[in-house]
Amino acid sequence: MTGATYGAAALAVLPLAAILGMLVMKGAGSLDWNFFTRSSVPLGESGGGFAYAIVGTLIIVGLACAIGIPVGVGAGIYLAEFGSGALGWLVRFVADTLNGVPSIVIGIFAWTWIVRPTGKFTAFAGGVALACILVPIVARTTEEMVRLVPNSLREAALALGYPRWRTSLQVVVRTAGSGIVTGCLVATARVAGETAPLLFTALGNQFFSTRLFEPMAALPLQVYVYALGPYDEWHRQAWAGALVLIMMVLILGIAARLVTRTRRVSA
Amino acid sequence: MAQTPAVMVARPAARRPHPAAAPPRLAAEALTAWYGESSGVRDVTLPFAPNTVTALIGPSGCGKSTLLRALNRMHELVPGTRVTGRVRLDGHDIYEPGVNAVQVRRRIGMVFQKPTPFPTMTIAENAAAGLKVGRRLPRAEREEVIERALRRAALWDEVKDRLGQPATMLSGGQQQRLCIARTIAPEPEVLLLDEPTASLDPVGTARIEDLVHELKRDFTVVIVTHNMQQAARVSDVTAFLYLGELVEAGPTAQVFTAPTRRETEAYVTGRFG
Repeated sequence: MTGATYGAAALAVLPLAAILGMLVMKGAGSLDWNFFTRSSVPLGESGGGFAYAIVGTLIIVGLACAIGIPVGVGAGIYLAEFGSGALGWLVRFVADTLNGVPSIVIGIFAWTWIVRPTGKFTAFAGGVALACILVPIVARTTEEMVRLVPNSLREAALALGYPRWRTSLQVVVRTAGSGIVTGCLVATARVAGETAPLLFTALGNQFFSTRLFEPMAALPLQVYVYALGPYDEWHRQAWAGALVLIMMVLILGIAARLVTRTRRVSA
Repeated sequence: MAQTPAVMVARPAARRPHPAAAPPRLAAEALTAWYGESSGVRDVTLPFAPNTVTALIGPSGCGKSTLLRALNRMHELVPGTRVTGRVRLDGHDIYEPGVNAVQVRRRIGMVFQKPTPFPTMTIAENAAAGLKVGRRLPRAEREEVIERALRRAALWDEVKDRLGQPATMLSGGQQQRLCIARTIAPEPEVLLLDEPTASLDPVGTARIEDLVHELKRDFTVVIVTHNMQQAARVSDVTAFLYLGELVEAGPTAQVFTAPTRRETEAYVTGRFG
C-alpha cells in the first residue's frame, strides 16, 4: 500500500520533471542576455530576443490582476461574510460555472464585447479576458480563506464595538490575509500561461509595444507562433520562451508557498 | 431595600456603603431572549449594582450565557434571534429603537470563554485594538493607555519587554488577560465575562480570579461560570438560573448557605447539574 502511494506520487511528479527537463535541454541554450533585452529581428540576422513578449505578458497579466484581484477578493469577502442569502448562492453558482468555462470561450466573449465593437485587437481586451478567468478563482479561494477565520474572532471584534464592516476588514480579512495573497498568486500563475483568450484579443505583435490599446505580444502567443513557424531559429526561441514562461509560473508558485509558510510561523 | 442588611452581615469586609443601595448600573427587566420560536432565557429581571461582581450560575443550557449575551446586544448577532423586555444601562434601555448596538458594546465590554487575541496583531496592538474604533490617539497617549490597560489586567510585568511580539506567542492565561486588557482599555462601564477561565489551567484561573477582585473597583462585573467554587470566591451577588428562568438571586453568601428555593439548594450542594 505504501509502495503504491509512493508510486503514485512519483507518477504525479514525473510530468513536471519531464517538461522542465525537456525545456531546459531545448531552450536553455537560446537563453542569453539578448533574449531578455532585444525584440525580434528579421530572419537571417542573429541576436533577436523575446523582450517584447516578456514585457507584453507582464503588462497584460498586470492589467488582469489590476482588474481581477480587487473584484475577486471583494466578491470572496462578500460571499464569506454576507453571502448566505439567495444573491450569495447566485454569485457562488456563477463563479463556479465561470471557473469551468474553457478559456477559449472567454476569449470569444472578450472578442465579441470588446474587440468587435472597438474594431481592433488590443492588450486591454486581453487583460479583460484574463481578468474574467482570474475573478472566479480569486473569489472562491478568498471565500474559503475568510471562512477559515474562527467566528470567535468576529465576535471578539464586534463585542469590542467594531462595526460590521470594520470587523470584516480589520480583523477577518487581515487574519485571512496571507491565504488570500496565496490564492491570488496561484490564480495569477494560472492565467499567465493562458494562450487561447489572447489569440482573440491581444493578438500578438512582432514589435515592442507598451500601448494598451494596440495589439501586444505575449509569451504564450509568441511561443505558439514561433513553434508553428518553419525556421529552426524560431523553434529554438520558442523553446526558450516556453522555459521563461514556466519559470515565471514556478516563481509565482514558490512565492505563494513562502507566503503560506510565514503565516504558519506567525499563527 | 429589605435585603441590604443581610449583605452587610455576609460580607463585613466591604468597607464602602453596600453597592446595592446605589441605583443599578445595568438592569435586566422582564428580559426574554429568543432563538426563533423558543426562548433561551425567559422573563429575567435582575439588577447589577455598580462595583459589584455578579455571578450567573446554573447547569449547562440553563441560559446563563444567553442572558449575558443579551446584556450587550451580542445575542442578536445570531440569525433568527430577538430579544423582548428591557436592559437599562444607567437607566436607559439599550434595546430602544434608535440605540446603536455598536455604541452599546463599547460601553459594555465582553470577554469570552476561549482567549481571542487578534492573531495578526502584536501584544500592544491587541491591547489598543478597541481604541482604534473611536478617535486616533497621539503616540505617547496611546502608549500610556496600553500600559495602563495591561497593568490593570495584571499582565504588564510579563509583557513589557515584548510588546511588539505577536499576541499568539503568549500562554493561554496570558492571552485571556490580554483580552481583558483589550476590553477595559476603552473604559467601558460594565464588564461581562463569559466563563473566562474555562480553558485555563489552575494557575491561570487563580490569576483571573484575583484580577476580578481588582476590576470590581472600576467596573460593574458580571461573570458566567459553571464552577460554583469560583462563583463563591469572586462574586458579591449570585444569580441561579435553571431551564431558562431566574430561580434565585441574592448575596452570594446567602445563596450558597441559605438559599430560599429548593432547586438552588440542590444545585449548590451538588445534587444535580
